[in-house]
Amino acid sequence: MARLEIKSVSKTFGAARPADGLSLAVEPGEIVAVFGPSGSGKTVLLRMIAGMFEPDDGDILVGGRSVIGAPPERRGIGMAFQNFALFPHMTARDNIASGLRAKGGSDVAGRVAAISRLLKIEHVLGHAPRELSNGQKQRTALARALVGNPDVLLLDDPLRNVDAKLRYEMRLELPNLLRRGAAAVLYVTQDYREAMAIADRIAVLIDGRLAQVATPADIYAQPASVAVARLFGDPTINLAEVTPVAEHGALSAVIAGAKMRLGAGDGAAPGPCWLGVRPEDLAISSVSGEDAIPARILAITPMHEKAVLLLRLSDGTEWLAALPPDAPLGAADDAVFVRFAPEAAMLFDRATGLRIGPSHRLKAA
Amino acid sequence: MEHSSLAGRIFRGAALTLILLFFMFPIVWIFLMSFQTNEQILRIPPRILFEPTLSNYEALISGQLRTAAGNLQISFMRNLFNSVVLSSAAVLLALLLGVPAAYAFARFKFKLGETIAFTLLSFRFAPPLLVLLPLSLYYQELGLNDTYFGIVWVYQLIALPLILWIVRGYFEDISPDIEHAYRLAGHSWREAFTHIAVPLAGPGIAAAGLLSFIFCWNNFVFALILASADKQPVTVGALAFVTASGIQYGQIAAAIVLSVTPTLLLALYAQRYLVEGLSLGAVKG
Repeated sequence: MARLEIKSVSKTFGAARPADGLSLAVEPGEIVAVFGPSGSGKTVLLRMIAGMFEPDDGDILVGGRSVIGAPPERRGIGMAFQNFALFPHMTARDNIASGLRAKGGSDVAGRVAAISRLLKIEHVLGHAPRELSNGQKQRTALARALVGNPDVLLLDDPLRNVDAKLRYEMRLELPNLLRRGAAAVLYVTQDYREAMAIADRIAVLIDGRLAQVATPADIYAQPASVAVARLFGDPTINLAEVTPVAEHGALSAVIAGAKMRLGAGDGAAPGPCWLGVRPEDLAISSVSGEDAIPARILAITPMHEKAVLLLRLSDGTEWLAALPPDAPLGAADDAVFVRFAPEAAMLFDRATGLRIGPSHRLKAA
Repeated sequence: MEHSSLAGRIFRGAALTLILLFFMFPIVWIFLMSFQTNEQILRIPPRILFEPTLSNYEALISGQLRTAAGNLQISFMRNLFNSVVLSSAAVLLALLLGVPAAYAFARFKFKLGETIAFTLLSFRFAPPLLVLLPLSLYYQELGLNDTYFGIVWVYQLIALPLILWIVRGYFEDISPDIEHAYRLAGHSWREAFTHIAVPLAGPGIAAAGLLSFIFCWNNFVFALILASADKQPVTVGALAFVTASGIQYGQIAAAIVLSVTPTLLLALYAQRYLVEGLSLGAVKG
């Protein structure tokens, strides 16, 4: 039971700065997903915690004690690697048991058997890593990280190299597995769905800085910046350059000639903005109106649980709409009118990219 | 095999036989020569069928070289023993120094690292004769002339760069994550080195050790200059077969057979390790 605390940690490699004043705390039993595009410094952060290299600046504490300068074997950390990193010359059993043996723990065989049963790899314990399927390798690597009940668990994109079916299964299993030992868990992933499925909180890492740390629901509904908003959601958020105007205490903006009411902001005109609307918040109809953006359907992609429409607004901007598959869609090249609820619109400052004002959408959260 | 038509198999068999004959012939011929007397060898035309004699081996083992001009004392067995001692000691020392150094060069970036590694390699570029004169002067000064240690030391010029550069490549091929995982499991870096890095680089270490053993074994000029008779290896000792009354081909052939044997045995033994482990699926894929 130990809290993991990262205090304004920085690291520079030549011209790259993969960690720039990172601060984050993970409570025991909590799963925090570190999510960001590739090259944003996720793996570097994990490796600094694991002690593979030291930060230039800042402090890392496990259970209140600084681990800076401590060798990896004394940090009380378990880690699962993206490439599994199994010991190729040992059987799966010896791979899992290596940590227990090093610490001189008792009942090594029993504990290995217990974790293997949990991860359903009992039948392959006698195999060498090269005889295992990717899924079994990944489970062996997880078992090896979990078996010692470490204070801190680091998972470096563990589902990256397994097939889609297994990834789904593991997304369901992992949260329970990871919470079992009440470790503070940092889970690195490049897949926003995985982050939302597994984590209690998501830390969005962009260019070595934490853009936002919040629950999955908050991040989706109230992204801190344009960059965060674009990372979450498939299809990605629609954006338009607008300069909102305030009238009678309400904001509105002109998009492709149509004057749209906006729910965001505090009523005062904020200057040049990015307007963001999620594709699933768009409604399509054939009825024109003052509150509707004229558009043309360029293409329709049915995706079973939804249909994605590529639209060209009358000013040439291309937007995506995600609609329920049973909604009246029209056909390609149809002229349609696009509407969205005022509270669905998010405003981001054009200069800083930061979101403006509270969203009414999820004010309670 | 996918395409093993009869014609294809016959062709492959014939080609293999041809290649085998080409490469094995000198060795077989020398093997046969070692059981013949000088007169039988020099007969024209040479014959495949002859009455074998062990006199060449007897002469080598007893140290009595019978020539037309009388008996000569040779110390071939002593030379053979020297070769074994010198080459083994040189390779062991080079492994002891070279494997950790190779690991350091593979894993850590440090100041002048590449320069040092390249300097060590450059010892292989220099013709031995270039360094021998100053070396023998230094050796005389230091009292290393004509000592086993002195020769083992100079053999490091041959063995160390070879081991360093071959083994370094093998270490670089091991994903550092495997070692990180082992350390996070609670092992010191020393344990990670001995339990992960060295076993996984095993085939490379075996190959480098074998190669440098052969190079040390075949070295001639260092021992010729820096050692006197009782420390000289077979390569130098073989000069004794060129006598005033002619060249003793039979004994030379027997000597070759005897001196090739240790290397051959070592190669056969190390072969297992060369192949084993090359197919280990260390990381994914």
